[in-house]
Amino acid sequence: MSIDTDLTGPDEAVGRGPIGATSRVVRGGRWRWLATWGPPAAVFVASIGVWYGVSYLLLDPRRRFLVPPPHDVIRVSFLDPYNLRELLDALWLSTRVAFIGLAISIVLGLALAVAMNRAKWIERSVYPYAVLTQTIPILAMVPLFGFWFGFGNFSRVLVVVLFCIFPIIANTLFGLQSVNQEHHDLFTLHGANRLTRLWKLEFPTALPSIFTGLRIAAGLAVIGAIVADFFFKQGDPGIGILIDRYESRLQSEQMVGAIILSSLLGIVVFWFFGFLAHRVVGAWHESAGGLDT
Amino acid sequence: MQERGRRSRGGPSLAEPSPVDDSPIASEAAPLLTFAGVGKRFPDGTTALEGVDLRVEAGEFVSVIGPSGCGKSTLLRIVSDLTKASDGTVDIQTNKIGYVFQDPTLLPWRSVQANVELFAELRRLAKTERRRRADAAIKLVGLSDFAGHRPRALSGGMRMRVSLARSLTLQPELFLFDEPFGALDEIARERLNDELLQLYLTQRFTALFVTHSVTEAVYLSTRVLVMSGRPGRVLADFAVPFEYPRSPRLRFDERFARLAGQVSAGLREGG
Repeated sequence: MSIDTDLTGPDEAVGRGPIGATSRVVRGGRWRWLATWGPPAAVFVASIGVWYGVSYLLLDPRRRFLVPPPHDVIRVSFLDPYNLRELLDALWLSTRVAFIGLAISIVLGLALAVAMNRAKWIERSVYPYAVLTQTIPILAMVPLFGFWFGFGNFSRVLVVVLFCIFPIIANTLFGLQSVNQEHHDLFTLHGANRLTRLWKLEFPTALPSIFTGLRIAAGLAVIGAIVADFFFKQGDPGIGILIDRYESRLQSEQMVGAIILSSLLGIVVFWFFGFLAHRVVGAWHESAGGLDT
Repeated sequence: MQERGRRSRGGPSLAEPSPVDDSPIASEAAPLLTFAGVGKRFPDGTTALEGVDLRVEAGEFVSVIGPSGCGKSTLLRIVSDLTKASDGTVDIQTNKIGYVFQDPTLLPWRSVQANVELFAELRRLAKTERRRRADAAIKLVGLSDFAGHRPRALSGGMRMRVSLARSLTLQPELFLFDEPFGALDEIARERLNDELLQLYLTQRFTALFVTHSVTEAVYLSTRVLVMSGRPGRVLADFAVPFEYPRSPRLRFDERFARLAGQVSAGLREGG
């Protein structure tokens, strides 16, 4: 038999597919690059300008320490080897805490979401408490954790988990539940068991939203690590303790330096998960890789 | 039904002894599918089907046509055992059932090849066997050049072909179609009608085909059933006398127009 595909075939397919998109990028290459990077670069330059303006025009020299100009921040925080060392050590400590907390949150969050998806009663019993992790004033809880579990890394990791587990649970659950009924029917028709259904249908369907959750959680993990540190004020110094210390000594250049470094960490982590999402689901899911938050 | 004897039985076929389903082979006497007084009420109180009697012999191509919400899809779901009937008896002489939905329901993260292999994979067929079957099925629907593409790179008609190929891998004896071409444009739809008829003639399945289109129903089938509005009952049963293979010119034949007119009239009475 002969079935040719010319009518609804390759032409139509190519026009909508990635090939067409690529050729457009090539044609408008330089301008597209400018259109992509120009606006954020302009905002960056403008912000630096405002920063200098505030330091030199708004503040008189005696009060300039409140907003030290950018070049002083770089000189004192990043070009002084001793100060830089102190900052990087603290950053490494906070990064470790953030990553351990994030890893625990991912494992625990995915497991909880899968369990909730499996049985409505589990969802009803667990979800309200998952929401609670978002609504209780975690800042107020932080000192309590210190009392209960000591001021070591265990308590810090715990704070990180409290900070970032909810977006993982919520997004994973949403993803698992967004499998459409006909796909479920197909798997039912062919006798798929729960595990097969989870692994071959629900989990892949959920991946784009899981990654959305991971990106949000990753940013929160960094914040959680620093907040825990900042409030504990004890134990090995992470970035939070340094910020607190610089604050009390009025070392504003280093304080701003520490804030910049921790923001960079958050951005790198956020970007990493965006990149990962793009690699894993970008080939088949439209939303993947877009910085949509 | 007199068409059965005249059907061409040549051509390439996927049919081979299947290691999965040893279904009771339908005897010549018993119909492949029998509904007797089948009714379906949903928990919310709506009655989708009421007193449906239906016999489908092996080798028939039966179309079911009726107004929206008349329970046509429910009928197919009962045949495939996705839904249980509330009343009546259902007798099906095969468990090799293929089911094609209006949406191609492909998994977007899988390539065409992997999508077509899915059912054989779920039925735990050996890797070489499911590859062999998928290759043959993809070839049958003319998509060999697209085996590595993901569904999003394909047109609607091509996606539907992938969906057909996926079901063909399990060599169904009874093929259920739930408005498979309803979302396609006219040209793609007519082309797929012809391709489906080719498959019907070469792959020797029995078809139960739900559609909204009178032309499509008459063009494809050996028999057209007209259903009433909710609750759905079978109102009329038209035998289609044209022999296979059918050519697209048949759609402009006077006898075709007359029969389509009768089906339409039956549909209006029921609606």
